[in-house]
Amino acid sequence: MSDIKKFMYLNRTAPYGTIYAWESLEVVLIAAAFDQEVSLMFVDDGVYQLVKGSKPADIGMKNFTPTYRTLGDYGVRHMYVDQASLEARGLTQDDLIEVAWEDWETEEEVDNIVEPIDAAKVIELLDESDVVFS
Amino acid sequence: MSDLYTVNKSPFTKSSLDTALKFSKAGSSILLYEDGIYAVVKGSAAEEKIKAAMGDKKVYALGPDCAARGIAEDRVIDGVELIDYAGFVDLVEATDKVQAWL
Repeated sequence: MSDIKKFMYLNRTAPYGTIYAWESLEVVLIAAAFDQEVSLMFVDDGVYQLVKGSKPADIGMKNFTPTYRTLGDYGVRHMYVDQASLEARGLTQDDLIEVAWEDWETEEEVDNIVEPIDAAKVIELLDESDVVFS
Repeated sequence: MSDLYTVNKSPFTKSSLDTALKFSKAGSSILLYEDGIYAVVKGSAAEEKIKAAMGDKKVYALGPDCAARGIAEDRVIDGVELIDYAGFVDLVEATDKVQAWL
């Protein structure tokens, strides 16, 4: 079957303050399980979802950073981050988690699929996608 | 005495912080919690606003909300005081009233 579509999940909200980030992550996991080509884009406050070192125990919430780190194992191949959104928030790639990816058939490996990109690339990638989820 | 202004929204998605700062009197206290804490990260676009506010107001951030979001103490702008839930209660008690800017 050749009807694999390019799904892009556009994340624009911070984690923990609202439930949007967590709900989006659950939908990503479902789509990835159906062998679609799934990429994630983090823009605006969405970049906070990838900040490492979160310890939400004292606010009574589940830490979902470990779930992001498994996305490579679910077949998510790209996690793009808008560089300008990072800079406006005083963050760099060093503040973000790393997510590894491996193709189980070809054994091709990528150490980290989290990739900061510029605005022109964001536009291009959104344009190339068959479906964009917000 | 003075008022306590609380802000729980990210300064990058809502204007709650801007408006709270605009309408707060000198000598009052500003407490950032939940997504509001992103305003106190060093090097962010909100840093200048926070520094300007600290000229005549006291700025606090809720520690557990910073920790939850991976914002360690050394990433917080100097002069901003981190408090815990008990500190939040003390602050409410020490002020005339609370204005919540959501």
